Amino acid sequence: MPTINDILIMLPEFFLVAAACVLLLADAFMKPAERVYLHWLSIGVLVVTGYLVLRYMPEGEVTAFHGMFIRDGMSAILKVFTLLSTILVFIYGRPYMVDRKLFVGEFYTLMLFAVIGVMLLVSAGNLVMIYLGLELLTLSSYALVALNRDSGLSSEAAIKYFVLGALSSGLLLYGMSMVYGATNTLDLVQLHQAITHSTMPHLLVFGLVFMVIGVAFKLGVAPFHMWIPDVYQGAPTSVTAFIGSASKLAAFGMAFRLLATGMGDFAQHWQIMLAVLAVVSLAIGNVVAIVQTNLKRLLAYSTISHMGYLLLGLVNARPEGYSAAMFYAVSYALMSTAAFGVILALSRAGFECENIDDFKGLNQRSPWMAFLMMLSLFSLAGVPPMFGFFAKLLVLQAAIHAGMMWLAIVGAVFAIIGLYYYLRVVKVMYFDKPEAGTEVRLQPDFTLRVALSLNALALLALGLYWGPLLGWCKQAFVG
Amino acid sequence: MIDTSLFQLICFYAFAAVTVVAALSVITLRNSVHAVLALVLTFFSTACIWMLAEAEFLAIALIVVYVGAVMVLFLFVVMMLDIDQEKLREGFVKFLPVGLVVAAVMLVEMLGLIGVRFMHAQTMGDNPATAAGMSNTAWLGMALYTQYLLPFEVAALILTVGVIAAVALTLRHRVGARKQHPSEQVAVKASDRVRIIKMAAERPTDSQPSPAQESKP
Repeated sequence: MPTINDILIMLPEFFLVAAACVLLLADAFMKPAERVYLHWLSIGVLVVTGYLVLRYMPEGEVTAFHGMFIRDGMSAILKVFTLLSTILVFIYGRPYMVDRKLFVGEFYTLMLFAVIGVMLLVSAGNLVMIYLGLELLTLSSYALVALNRDSGLSSEAAIKYFVLGALSSGLLLYGMSMVYGATNTLDLVQLHQAITHSTMPHLLVFGLVFMVIGVAFKLGVAPFHMWIPDVYQGAPTSVTAFIGSASKLAAFGMAFRLLATGMGDFAQHWQIMLAVLAVVSLAIGNVVAIVQTNLKRLLAYSTISHMGYLLLGLVNARPEGYSAAMFYAVSYALMSTAAFGVILALSRAGFECENIDDFKGLNQRSPWMAFLMMLSLFSLAGVPPMFGFFAKLLVLQAAIHAGMMWLAIVGAVFAIIGLYYYLRVVKVMYFDKPEAGTEVRLQPDFTLRVALSLNALALLALGLYWGPLLGWCKQAFVG
Repeated sequence: MIDTSLFQLICFYAFAAVTVVAALSVITLRNSVHAVLALVLTFFSTACIWMLAEAEFLAIALIVVYVGAVMVLFLFVVMMLDIDQEKLREGFVKFLPVGLVVAAVMLVEMLGLIGVRFMHAQTMGDNPATAAGMSNTAWLGMALYTQYLLPFEVAALILTVGVIAAVALTLRHRVGARKQHPSEQVAVKASDRVRIIKMAAERPTDSQPSPAQESKP
């Protein structure tokens, strides 16, 4: 039977579920003009949840509900940054959603449920919980992508996302059923013990392949990346920002739980699979991004390459590598919210500021926005001393320590190739003449400007002073 | 006298064969109504296999929920849709060889990797319900509300999200949409709907206008 202790361990999740249900009900009685309260209430709820995650942090690792739920340092970090990036997405997205008549209660409710999905997924202690957390997250995401019903592009993206997402869930489940067949357990900790003396290693590897495919779909690494460009382009930009940040943190958590917590002793099998996936995504992401003219699509291909770098950290299969990969996931979440934040700030009713040509001469029209965009692009490219540079350095180091020098060299080469398309956008902003009739009209939202400035400047600040965050990431995998 | 385990084996292979054939016909039958009926047969024979594995509750649930409710709804939807059968199947012959090659390669790989001998291996041990000396349904209920309480509740959350998403994606406030206003319906009076007109009981016989004109107030 669950005790009060189980509930206390899961207090942040329970609070968020209760709050999401209350907000869902409150929305039904709100007039459209009052919806701005819903916006601030949602942000308040996320802040309180973040406080609960950090405040009642148990020592080491504790489990609840028969090992279904694990609360540890890693899940705390991922949850805090998921909540942070969701708050940023709410702030950046509000004027955009208002302009497009998408400022509806369902946006907030579905986002909160998606966050619950992330929190359950990164804390899952059981294959069933991994699957259910993932479904909660993806089901909410499908609906969010389709929220703009009058846009054909948006509906197309949602259908593609839904069909491919359902297929990948099926593959993941198939893999899990094979692993269950070989070990007779669904619990990740018991699974870890069972695979060492399993009589059917072939069946386990067979299941592992399908689970890796499921994880790869979720991370969006090549060759399972087909949905990423269409979804990034088609979804409302605020939803894209969420999928590009919180979803990636969740995917890292899921990869860690499945591969390290569950199948840790099979590392020699999945290391090589991940290495191949990493090389293919680095190549496809960085090369195809060069020819993009749409910035949202460019950032989508950049995501594919970034997830390739994240895999370089996981390939290490030791605490050092896991902490490097988590540091990378966190840095990527902050960088992509900043980049999408600038797109959101420059968009207005009837105008999506999403083509690279729309950024021509941005420096003359709005120097501060151009500067913030430059910071986030430099960070994405991995230019020192930005945040992204140290994240890249750490994953390359992890790959070298894993004895895969070739992989680190491939990563470094593609980092240089990737530099080109980020710098192209910077060049367009600073050295091209603005086209006639494209005068910039910034969103007048004050909180958006402040949050976006802080977000982008944090990329520089964390690049200069990254010790504490890295220490926190390392500590999560030691204890 | 047939040995019970042999009888079970024969039953298993019979049901498994029916399942495979029915599943194949789901994707090969030309008429989509027939395909749905074949899917019903697939579910039914799967339920029989589960019955053999002593999972009675799942077997009954599959029949009641899927065959009884979901597939009947599905059948209605398929019957209402006007599907161009020929157009749907245009690519079938063209892509058939590629599909067959991929399927054959995957089958060989799977057999090679897992090995045929594992298929016969008794690995799962006893059914936990039998081991605990309970009926299958009672054991499932126990497990669902104790050990698997959290996943059970999370599944409820997922269903909630499904409802929210369905409403968010389909509810439209269109101008001119016809809908009910229950409050107005309740507040209506007899005089709003029916008008009683006084008129003579007999009409004059000399003029004979048409009844339609007469009845107009």
